[in-house]
Amino acid sequence: MTLSPYQLTHATEIETDNETVEIALEQLRGLVSNDAFTGDTMLLNMGPQHPSTHGVLRLMLELDGEEIVHCLPDIGFLHTGIEKNMEAKTYEKALVMTDRLDYLNNLGNNLTYCMAIEKIAELDVPLRAQYVRVMLTELQRISSHLIWLGTHVLDLGATSLFLYTFREREHILDIFEACSGQRMMTNYFRPGGLWRDLPEGFEKMVRDFLAYMPGKIDDYERILTKNPIFIERTKNIGLIPVEKAINWNLTGPALRGSGVNFDIRKAYPYSGYDHFEFDIPLGSNGDVYDRYLIRMEEMRQSLRIAKQALDNLPDGPFRSDNRKYVPPPRSELGTSMEAVIHHFKLWTEGFKLPKGEVYVATESPKGELGVYLVSDGGTNPWRVHFRTPSFVNLQSLGWVSEGYMVSDLVGIIGSIDIVLGDCDR
Amino acid sequence: MADPQAVASTIKEKFPEAVVEIVEFRGEVTVVVTPESLLDVARFCYETEGLEFNHMADLAAVDYWPEEPRFAVNYVLRSMTHRHLIRLKVYLPDAKPVVDSVTGIWAGANWPEREAWDMFGIKFEGHPNPRRILMPFDWTGHPQRKDYPQGYEEVQFSFNYDRVQAKKPHPEE
Amino acid sequence: MTTTLDAAANWGRTRAMWPVLFGLACCAIEMMSTQASHYDMSRFGMELMRASPRQSDLMIVAGRVSRKMAPVVRRLYDQMPAPKWVIAMGDCASCGGVFNNYAILQGVDEIVPVDIYVAGCPPRPEQLMHGILMLHEKVQQETLTDWSTWPFLRKPEAAE
Repeated sequence: MTLSPYQLTHATEIETDNETVEIALEQLRGLVSNDAFTGDTMLLNMGPQHPSTHGVLRLMLELDGEEIVHCLPDIGFLHTGIEKNMEAKTYEKALVMTDRLDYLNNLGNNLTYCMAIEKIAELDVPLRAQYVRVMLTELQRISSHLIWLGTHVLDLGATSLFLYTFREREHILDIFEACSGQRMMTNYFRPGGLWRDLPEGFEKMVRDFLAYMPGKIDDYERILTKNPIFIERTKNIGLIPVEKAINWNLTGPALRGSGVNFDIRKAYPYSGYDHFEFDIPLGSNGDVYDRYLIRMEEMRQSLRIAKQALDNLPDGPFRSDNRKYVPPPRSELGTSMEAVIHHFKLWTEGFKLPKGEVYVATESPKGELGVYLVSDGGTNPWRVHFRTPSFVNLQSLGWVSEGYMVSDLVGIIGSIDIVLGDCDR
Repeated sequence: MADPQAVASTIKEKFPEAVVEIVEFRGEVTVVVTPESLLDVARFCYETEGLEFNHMADLAAVDYWPEEPRFAVNYVLRSMTHRHLIRLKVYLPDAKPVVDSVTGIWAGANWPEREAWDMFGIKFEGHPNPRRILMPFDWTGHPQRKDYPQGYEEVQFSFNYDRVQAKKPHPEE
Repeated sequence: MTTTLDAAANWGRTRAMWPVLFGLACCAIEMMSTQASHYDMSRFGMELMRASPRQSDLMIVAGRVSRKMAPVVRRLYDQMPAPKWVIAMGDCASCGGVFNNYAILQGVDEIVPVDIYVAGCPPRPEQLMHGILMLHEKVQQETLTDWSTWPFLRKPEAAE
């Protein structure tokens, strides 16, 4: 019983397990080589629950001994329907759901969505809010790279680094908790600026962290960069040639590893990034080792940007005062009737954006995160589409891993740095 | 960095009957083309000297139900060499949501097109692997269409506790 | 005599309960943080997260369970040998959380019987540890006959 993919309406009762297996196997015809059906190569399911797949990713591997002939990723095990669910909520309520997309880059997701709303509404964001956004996004980048490092080298065998990176991450999470009350799903950036101003003691916390972290990055490099086992497992593995990298729409460290100098923070600067000085590390080979070096250097550059943002932080308002979109502070409600009306309208029905569509892209730690927002003039978004880096980067896993062994595959998945919440939405 | 308006006018000069309209909103230029000519316009954007859109940033589908034409597919194209951005848009009617696949030009359009099929039911002709990607392989319906329900479960308070509890599935051990 | 045997068996079960490595989404990151050195889970005997369900006794469902993943969760639960316990960590595993739509199971208790629900989005590591300690207390109340495979030894279970 072969299923034509365009006529799935009659795929109803699937009774026995054998039938499911046959249907599933039939769907693979044309995707794996014919050797799999004759038994010369082996089909192995690296299933959704696996310690090294960084989440619920299923890989169908066709193996010739230990070598990978074909690799088919199967995603969708974490599909949450966030895009459709956001259409049923107002703009500001939908902001809560953006945290949960790439759950290691909560502030980055918030930022991109807020920027899309601000672009359509032509809201101005005060400079103080822009600098704080940059500072916190760079701290979020460091935290995401720390988890990447911990889990990547855990898969390759260096188990103690996992504990070190999580220890560092606790400091960053303390900073986020001081600002917004939540360690991970912060929901701190709002359309127009920030939710509320920075707390007392923030500057001391961040300066302590900025002084403490570079020594730790040096520690990690001392353990890994010249380590012969690490080099053996990562050099010349997972090579991505430049032409294919661009053609397969890779972005982020996977693209910069092959030598393409493309970073959205430099190419299309947003939120005040053009006021800061920083470098973009590039690789030359396009292998796993290069991507590791790039991310380590990105952590140092993030510290540099955060320090500049903190040193030059201007005073001023932390949120735009366009009352059509931003609720008035409580002190105004006692005196101004207009403020009460705005408050009422914003709290009962939410703000309305003018009709139109925009695409806004930012640089998340994993690549280019884009939000495509279509507004029909109402209070709910008509369509929100997230161009997530993990989704687009993961489709390359098929051809990047061909010819390598299963143990190399683990390193390749780690170096492409996927988060399944980002991938499946 | 070439001006997106200049890029749009170049496309319009080359394909006068294919370009339906050029829209500019908040600094972004959208070139609306007919579905039949999409592949030619895309190849022109990819190959021409001065345009060279070698990176496709995004492929997104939108459902405008109940307006006609119902679907729209957006291609956000970016050039690595010239650093400009443009959006190509095709409108597809409800009766025939079919458009050519651009995986021959940008191989990275593979999964986004599968997602558009899965979520909206838009067929891409010439796609090497047209299967569902996010939903289970035997799911019926296209979830992100506007006439597909959200799938709410009634929120369980104390006044309707038993009613909701009766409808929820419960496992035996 | 059976009470001391119960107490001894429960003492053994709670002091070294091995979780199966089952992090799905954001709650998994907080579970990993609980595992890490700041909030240490190995003081409860749980530093060893077994990748195979056949060698573990606790399943912490951390994260949202989508409809595509539901048969996988059930199969993993079935593969665990008794005695086994389930903690639903986070709002999405307890009741569907923020997501009330077609794609997410409204609570993992639609497919597996859950012992402890830990609320939070994501729950702080201290909240998860409180849930684990509450599970330990619950296990201390159990008797040997609860998990026996001889049907006549089992007490009739009250419907939950």
